[in-house]
Amino acid sequence: MSSDAVTATPAQGVPLTGTAAGQEPEQARHGLGASLQPADALAKVQGTFPYAADLWAEGLLWAAVLRSPHPHARIVSVDTAPAAEMPGVRAVITHEDVPGDATHGRRVADRPAFARDTVRHHGEPIAAVAADHPDTARLAAAAIAVEYEVLEPVTDPEKAFEAEPIHPDGNLIRHIPLRYGDESVTGEVVVEGLYRIGRQDPAPIGAEAGLAVPRTDGGVEIYTASTDPHTDRDLAAACFGLRPEQVKVVVTGVPGAMADREDLSVQLPLGLLAMRTGCPVKLAAGREESFLGHAHRHPTLLRYRHHADSDGRLVKVEAQILLDAGAYADDSADALAAAVSFAAGPYVVPHAAIDGWAVRTNNPPSGHVRGEGAMQVCAAYEGQMDKLAARLGMDPVELRTRNVMATGDLLPTGQTVTCPAPVAELLRAVRQAPLPPLPADGADGAPGPEEWLLPGGPEGAGDPGAVRRGIGFALGMVHMLGAEGADEVSTATVKVDGPVATVMCAAVETGQGFSTLARQIVQEVLGVEEVHVVAVDTDQPPAGPGARGRHTWVSGGAVERAAKMVRTQLLQPLAAKFGMSTELLTIADGKITSYDGVLSTTVAEALEGKELWATAQCRPHPTEPLDDTGQGDAFVSLAFAAIRAVVDVDVELGTVRVVEMAVAQDVGRVLNPQQLRARIEAGVTQGVGAALTEHLRVSRGVVRHPDLTAYPLPTALDAPDIRIVELVEERDVVAPFGAKSVSAVPVVVSPAAVAAAVRAATGRPVNRLPIRPQAAVASP
Amino acid sequence: MLPATLDEAVAALAATPAAVPVAGGTDLMSGVNSGLLRPAALVGLGRISEIRGWEYQDGHALLGAGLTHARMGRPDFAALIPALAAAARAAGPPQIRNAGTLGGNIVTAAPTGDSLPVLAALEATVLIAGPGGALREVPVSHLLAGMEMLRPGEIVGYVRVPLLHAPQTFLKATGRTGPGRALASVAVVLDPVRRGVRCAVGAVAPMPLRPVEAEQWVASLIDWDGRRALAPEVLAAFGDYVAMACIPDPPAPEGGGEAPVLPPAALHVRRTVATLARRGLGRALA
Repeated sequence: MSSDAVTATPAQGVPLTGTAAGQEPEQARHGLGASLQPADALAKVQGTFPYAADLWAEGLLWAAVLRSPHPHARIVSVDTAPAAEMPGVRAVITHEDVPGDATHGRRVADRPAFARDTVRHHGEPIAAVAADHPDTARLAAAAIAVEYEVLEPVTDPEKAFEAEPIHPDGNLIRHIPLRYGDESVTGEVVVEGLYRIGRQDPAPIGAEAGLAVPRTDGGVEIYTASTDPHTDRDLAAACFGLRPEQVKVVVTGVPGAMADREDLSVQLPLGLLAMRTGCPVKLAAGREESFLGHAHRHPTLLRYRHHADSDGRLVKVEAQILLDAGAYADDSADALAAAVSFAAGPYVVPHAAIDGWAVRTNNPPSGHVRGEGAMQVCAAYEGQMDKLAARLGMDPVELRTRNVMATGDLLPTGQTVTCPAPVAELLRAVRQAPLPPLPADGADGAPGPEEWLLPGGPEGAGDPGAVRRGIGFALGMVHMLGAEGADEVSTATVKVDGPVATVMCAAVETGQGFSTLARQIVQEVLGVEEVHVVAVDTDQPPAGPGARGRHTWVSGGAVERAAKMVRTQLLQPLAAKFGMSTELLTIADGKITSYDGVLSTTVAEALEGKELWATAQCRPHPTEPLDDTGQGDAFVSLAFAAIRAVVDVDVELGTVRVVEMAVAQDVGRVLNPQQLRARIEAGVTQGVGAALTEHLRVSRGVVRHPDLTAYPLPTALDAPDIRIVELVEERDVVAPFGAKSVSAVPVVVSPAAVAAAVRAATGRPVNRLPIRPQAAVASP
Repeated sequence: MLPATLDEAVAALAATPAAVPVAGGTDLMSGVNSGLLRPAALVGLGRISEIRGWEYQDGHALLGAGLTHARMGRPDFAALIPALAAAARAAGPPQIRNAGTLGGNIVTAAPTGDSLPVLAALEATVLIAGPGGALREVPVSHLLAGMEMLRPGEIVGYVRVPLLHAPQTFLKATGRTGPGRALASVAVVLDPVRRGVRCAVGAVAPMPLRPVEAEQWVASLIDWDGRRALAPEVLAAFGDYVAMACIPDPPAPEGGGEAPVLPPAALHVRRTVATLARRGLGRALA
């Protein structure tokens, strides 16, 4: 589907399916490029789709977890007797009941399953209870008597360097001192800025839940919405003191994933309690526990100095980036690598001196949330670009145009950008897109004064006389797949049996659309319309976590290879019989035809009642870790986007409404137009949330108001019109299908674009996200 | 328990003193669901049809405590008490407005309760049903300030609100475009008969605040018999007057020296109150 068709679709009020149906009647119904409906869409809309919280087993027990009320304390004693004595309580476990490894972690094993002698963050698990009723479990958990010696929490990441170590591993998780080019060079114009990014929470629609069932062989099966089942299984088995094959993680319906879901915080208590009691054990977290239990986006402090010549060409970027990792390391080292590597943005910078630190504090743990690292620096470097443009008296778009990178340019890590990098084209597209009309314009499609949704909402206090409109631009980038030498591999199996094909791949459908894509790939290669994707569990070969466009690339690539192997098996006998090569045969709509039309048969006939199976792997080219000066080819590929934000600000109240977000994105190739659009809309909306309202408030290490009233997610009224002005389809030759990651880039760029627009409307610096009303107040 | 009349509800509460009355449940049930509250029993007020409508009584409207926000937001109600209708429309998403009631808003007495500043500005009174049989009348402001309390076994039956037949406004500032809790809210009510302006500020203190001096000052400037409009400077001065009254500067320390400065967040709330009061009065007089 061409990008023009997407552009022509009005953003507002049109169902997603309208994009394809209205514009291109000849569009394929299946295969790559089709807007295939997700198989579970109807069930999800009707509320019959089973999520982990809906699971049930005969005679199940309910689990509850006791969490620390203090951010930092020494545990003097834990007395579980009051809980164990309660009628209905079947088991109480603490760190003493962990048979295997005491600590776990994805990169560094630094996190205990249950706090042993120290609690390091508010909400850290201390004990867990299984009881025959959820209320009994909750009351029993509350009855456990824990004596704490409260310690002074380290909550300021800047003080973490000097503070007493809060963990045996020390407070510094990683430092990357990136040096590129000549450090002593200075520019004619220098602008400085200090930026602060808040703590966004993934706040998934469905809170964490799971069910563990003990196995007769001493193992355990865990049913939960894991997004990385094999890693979770391996880590959980180590804690359980079992071999990995004794633990089976079965992935159930995932209710929204913008981060890792249902990691060990859910699986460890469930598995341990199930094995202890011999009964199925279920846990369903409430909203408060969900906020306390999962990882957040790294709050970040950034200090920048941009050097440029008088023509606005960047000379040097100096930056200090401080990530608050919270109490445990988790994925912070990866987030830091992204932050440091992309600290200058998609611009050509001849010299750079960038220091990044990820430090440990007693704040809630940070981890993988879409666009981690890249999002925080984007808000900062785009703020710097606006500042530089103002200093030079130059148009902000013109300044960016002079500096954007293209294929062949170097990142400050010394890596050459080999993938398509159509940054200039993206910027041009959003600049040229028509602006949304103002009520005063009286133009066609302009809202009347009555229909104009003012900042503050339909019944709000907004006053048209105090509303100023601002337009801001931002560019940004993310990397795809794991970085720094991570082994990114996925395995998939494809089976054809009669008119039906089946895909087995442990890539979790988190809502990103992988299962739909897998069906499309098989349709494309084998011409079979009916394709099923089987549910994921750890008995299948690993496919890795779902993040950074990974499953489209490696899992999609594996499915394609397996399907092609099946195709060869299917066609070889036919080709041999007719004395032609398999390349001369085509499969479409379940029919096999030869180039000359002599041969025409159906797939079902060609199979002759056989089942054909093939398994294949996809592994992209290897990467290398960043060295002591932050140099190295650390990334497989990059994806870019340009966004223009249009905002209305009531400058007396400081209320902001995002009117429109115009997106131009480098997507490589559109595989499913409808899903692509949905992913971009979701990413932009999440980015708007990070820009305006989403910040989990923490005071002296204690999470304040962990609920959805005090953590305002964007509602339908807050979500702007999202206009996709251009999807640049320059295929990335190393990626299967040439497609790039689409979900993370809009999350990265949107907050920066909204900040730029508010800056333009108010003249205020806007160097803090989310933008608080007092930062958007100006004299009218 | 689902009583059908107020008397039955009072009797049910008398029979089960540990029971908690519940109307829309938008506040109570979220506490129950999150495990913070565990009432021994509930007395549902949803079937008491006598408190789900309103009637007229010598220049006043007698509003049933069971009126939902959705009902109060409709145009017929807005013609009677415009500010209360505006507050009801602003009080959250449709699901909340369909369930949440006027009486519940008063009894919960959350600082951010949207109807509360309007009731304070209207000088409404609450009629309370109790074991004694007769209805006890208490000003809303007394109840909210804790000067008088609901006694055990009592239920808010009605809210008595004067019908002023003049413009009223309710403005609310929130952190987002979609429904949200008020950062600050201001109700402005004109009373042409008594030649008064009454204003109440919500969400900045545990109860709605009445800037009485600012009300009297601005009422004295209005030409009640002619065009009521005021100059923009007067409206702005009124806004500042209201804001300073509700969020005063901290007093200078006893031993002299510099008075402490309010934190930026408090200054922003003050600026917001000033803007809302200015716009509210301006729209009421326009």
